[in-house]
Amino acid sequence: MLSRTAANLYWTGRYVERADATARLLDMGARMTMLPGSATRQDWLSVLKAAGVPLTESEEVGRREAVRILLLDEEGGSSVRSALTLARSNARAERTALTRQAWEALNDEWRALEKVPEAEASSSLPDYLEWAQKRAAAFRGSVETTMLRDDRYDFIKLGGALERAAMALRLLEVKYFALLPERDVVGGGRDFHQWNSLLFAASALRAYHHVYRGDVTAWNVADLLVLNRSFPRSVALCITEAADTLGRLALRYNQRTEAQNRAERLHARLADTDMDEVFADGLHEFVQETLKSVLDIHSATSLVYGF
Amino acid sequence: MHSNSGIRAPYTQVASWLEEIGQPLLELRAKEAEALFRRIGITFAVYGEGGDPERLIPFDLIPRVIGASEWARLSQGIEQRAKALNAFLYDVYHRREILRAGRIPAELVIQNLAFVPEMIGFDPPGKVYSHIVGIDLVRTGEDDWQVLEDNCRTPSGVSYMLENREIMARMFPDLFGEGAVRAVDGYPDDLRRTLEEVAPPACRQDPQVVVLTPGPFNSAYYEHSFLADLMGVDLVEPRDLRVRDGRVWRRTTKGLEIVDVIYRRIDDDFLDPLAFRSDSALGVPGLMNVYLSGGVTLCSAPGSGVADDKAIYTYVPEMIDFYLGEKPILDTVPTYKCAEPDALSYTLENLADLVVKEVDGSGGYGMLIGPRATEKEVAAYRKRLEADPAGFIAQPTLDLSTAPTFTGGKIAGRHVDLRPYCLVGREVRLTPGGLTRVAMREGSLVVNSSQGGGVKDTWVLAGDAPHGGGA
Amino acid sequence: MTDPIRLSIRHVTRYAYEPQAVAAVMRLRLFPSGYEGQTVESWQVTANDQPIEPNFTDAAGVKEALWSCDGGISEVEVIAEGIVVRRQDQGVVRGLKERAPAELFLRTTDLTATDTAIKDLASAARRSDTLETLHSLSASVRDAVEYKPASTNMATSAAAALEQGAGVCQDHAHVFIAAARSLGIPARYVAGYYVAGEGDDLTETHGWAEAFVEGLGWVGFDIANRTCPTQDHVRLICHLDAGRAAPVIGAIEGYAEETLTASVAIGQAQQ
Repeated sequence: MLSRTAANLYWTGRYVERADATARLLDMGARMTMLPGSATRQDWLSVLKAAGVPLTESEEVGRREAVRILLLDEEGGSSVRSALTLARSNARAERTALTRQAWEALNDEWRALEKVPEAEASSSLPDYLEWAQKRAAAFRGSVETTMLRDDRYDFIKLGGALERAAMALRLLEVKYFALLPERDVVGGGRDFHQWNSLLFAASALRAYHHVYRGDVTAWNVADLLVLNRSFPRSVALCITEAADTLGRLALRYNQRTEAQNRAERLHARLADTDMDEVFADGLHEFVQETLKSVLDIHSATSLVYGF
Repeated sequence: MHSNSGIRAPYTQVASWLEEIGQPLLELRAKEAEALFRRIGITFAVYGEGGDPERLIPFDLIPRVIGASEWARLSQGIEQRAKALNAFLYDVYHRREILRAGRIPAELVIQNLAFVPEMIGFDPPGKVYSHIVGIDLVRTGEDDWQVLEDNCRTPSGVSYMLENREIMARMFPDLFGEGAVRAVDGYPDDLRRTLEEVAPPACRQDPQVVVLTPGPFNSAYYEHSFLADLMGVDLVEPRDLRVRDGRVWRRTTKGLEIVDVIYRRIDDDFLDPLAFRSDSALGVPGLMNVYLSGGVTLCSAPGSGVADDKAIYTYVPEMIDFYLGEKPILDTVPTYKCAEPDALSYTLENLADLVVKEVDGSGGYGMLIGPRATEKEVAAYRKRLEADPAGFIAQPTLDLSTAPTFTGGKIAGRHVDLRPYCLVGREVRLTPGGLTRVAMREGSLVVNSSQGGGVKDTWVLAGDAPHGGGA
Repeated sequence: MTDPIRLSIRHVTRYAYEPQAVAAVMRLRLFPSGYEGQTVESWQVTANDQPIEPNFTDAAGVKEALWSCDGGISEVEVIAEGIVVRRQDQGVVRGLKERAPAELFLRTTDLTATDTAIKDLASAARRSDTLETLHSLSASVRDAVEYKPASTNMATSAAAALEQGAGVCQDHAHVFIAAARSLGIPARYVAGYYVAGEGDDLTETHGWAEAFVEGLGWVGFDIANRTCPTQDHVRLICHLDAGRAAPVIGAIEGYAEETLTASVAIGQAQQ
């Protein structure tokens, strides 16, 4: 396969997941700021940080700005709209590598967010977010059901897995930032809502109760999002997927790669860790370190496959 | 259909079909067709115009029909022309016999910017220069077809020929039930065979073919990816290719892989910054050296454009006579070359009745259609013409045929042309049909998609329909 | 008739890349062709010590090669060297194998486009005999354009050089070529080597022009030196203009700063 094709498919996978995750983040932000007495500005700032939007501390961010930046912005890949557009343009360059269904999933209504006014987007936010998540789901579904299990499929999956892992880690960072000013009230009512929102953003509320059957605690939430392999968005599962995919590619091309080594190392490390250890060493440090490992897997992949 | 006459015989089936399905269903289907095109992503970007960068070309549901015997004659004429144009290209880059014989003015060829000096003395595989010849035709009378222009470089639009049929077959499956219409879907295989046949001398195994595109922002990108897909070959951009050890390679996830034949949809100037435009960031450095030393084949050959120049066009009958010893089967439109003083003065005197075109123009831009232009437009054009007469040719306005077209909720006649695609490898292959372009505006003669023209499916009938129908 | 002379030539072109380039491709036209007045006794081209052979000859008889290299590249050194025997030929190129029609060299290019000043210069030089016209043109171009190093660059057009009245050998040739073409005389640019006189410090390739004279063929004019090519001139490349007659053209992959140095050493060979 052409290296450029591999790169485009990989980024298609990544941007679809990013659009999906950004929609969830926005949803979470909207919920967090609905809480009584919430420090609105802080909450939105932490949401934007989680989405990787560069900001200065002094910036005033309210709901309107957040909706503009995370839903409607035209460029940059941080908004739902631009992530979907980038996913589509990467896919468009590889029309021949995708099935018609997978392409149509991205091409249908791709311009729907183009002319939406901010006010309208803000007042009907849930509808727009649901729409974006459906687009991502349609793409994933058509990839699963129509694409041959060859290297094209692998590169799409790899991009998706790495992006999901990174997004789960950033989500935990939001909580970290949100907690900063009020460390002393961990376990308070507001804290409970924040963890709840976070689970909501990860579409994990029901899963949480199903698995942990009790009160929402920081330990358990972090466990679900990071280590629990039964949860589809957990960092550990995403990294396992990435390692498996890189392993399949190495077999296809008869070449063991550094990317595969790195993914397997991270996989082993996550399998070896428990939450007590993570919290003892500091959640923030753990998240930063793991994010860096994910980035390293990305760099090694692009180097070995020439993109 | 020809203006002022009734329904031509080949249309009888279509006429009864139209009557049967009725207006409302036709309207519904037209909407469905547009949605289909949009969903599949068949769009056409127009340079230098604002608005929708991924615009749809209007698709008309009523097919253009060509009878069997009519096509038989047409196809002979097309193949004859494709052969003569290639023979001409070989000659002008070798012994230049036709110029020495004085049949075509030498400076018209040698001074032509499309004449590429690097090609002199080079033998492209199979002596083929233009592997895909697109010939634009119009019907001007019951049995009269005239050639409007030849396209020897990279004629576009063949994806519409294929997709139009696909959509018609999806929407009106009954119509194709009895094998009355000849299939067009063999084109991609024919194209691949043609390209494989011209593998370079250095090729030692199964020829590796790629389609070279400038990238997703090119207006014809859809077509590039579509053709690569149907041929089962890689669609590459210049940055995917590199030259090493006298061959061309593509970068893949398995490392470098060889390339033997490049169906390039990039202009000559942008092929190789080391050979042509060094200021161009596009292109594959060293490509021309590899080509000229037999390491890869470029389709079409650089310099093929000298055969489809509008000033050379008038000499194609000479070529047919000179190289094939035959009489031209297709007519050419009488053309006044404004470089010649007599022709210039005639053109200036009759500007309001003529069509004037730039010799190196395309896409329907920069032309004057005298009878439809305002006095002001004519005056402005006169100035341009006087400033650079050699840059223009003039032709009489033709009485173009019209074909029934569904527009504005009713069926009406609109002007159409036809571009069949003739493939030239070790043998010549012609798909029965082509791209019919239609001027969607009433009375308009401009069918170019960049100027708001639309397209139709084109039917070549397997057998001649019985005469009848009428009115 | 003077005796043939043997010229020893060493032409070094060096590219340095900072940081390293990922890959490099070079088109090399460093192979002098033989004809009546010029015999190549021995000749070798290397790039980073790899020997290189030409892989084809173009329509004007110019040979070329392509060299490519992968992996981190911080320097490419191309060396062309050998011995060329030159005979006195009054600048007339006889016996060169070429297939390009002379009229091809009537074509204008950006660097050799004519303007009114060039046309005026050309018509003032016109004589009844083509060869005389060309000699007179050569002299008047040289008079109109003072030799002034570094007053122009590779992209300076003939019209611009004439307007500023100063330039180097390339500009002299371009003005001459543009003027000759405007008179309907085919003319082309020649890049080659030249043995400069005492005190001259010509350490790069030299440029002159050739014009086509019916019945005689291509005749060289070294406008800068007010002479026809002598035994001190070695013909390397000819093309429509200097922009298309570069002996070495390269492209690299990666984002590297490129530094180019070149030197030519030429002199009579020891017997």
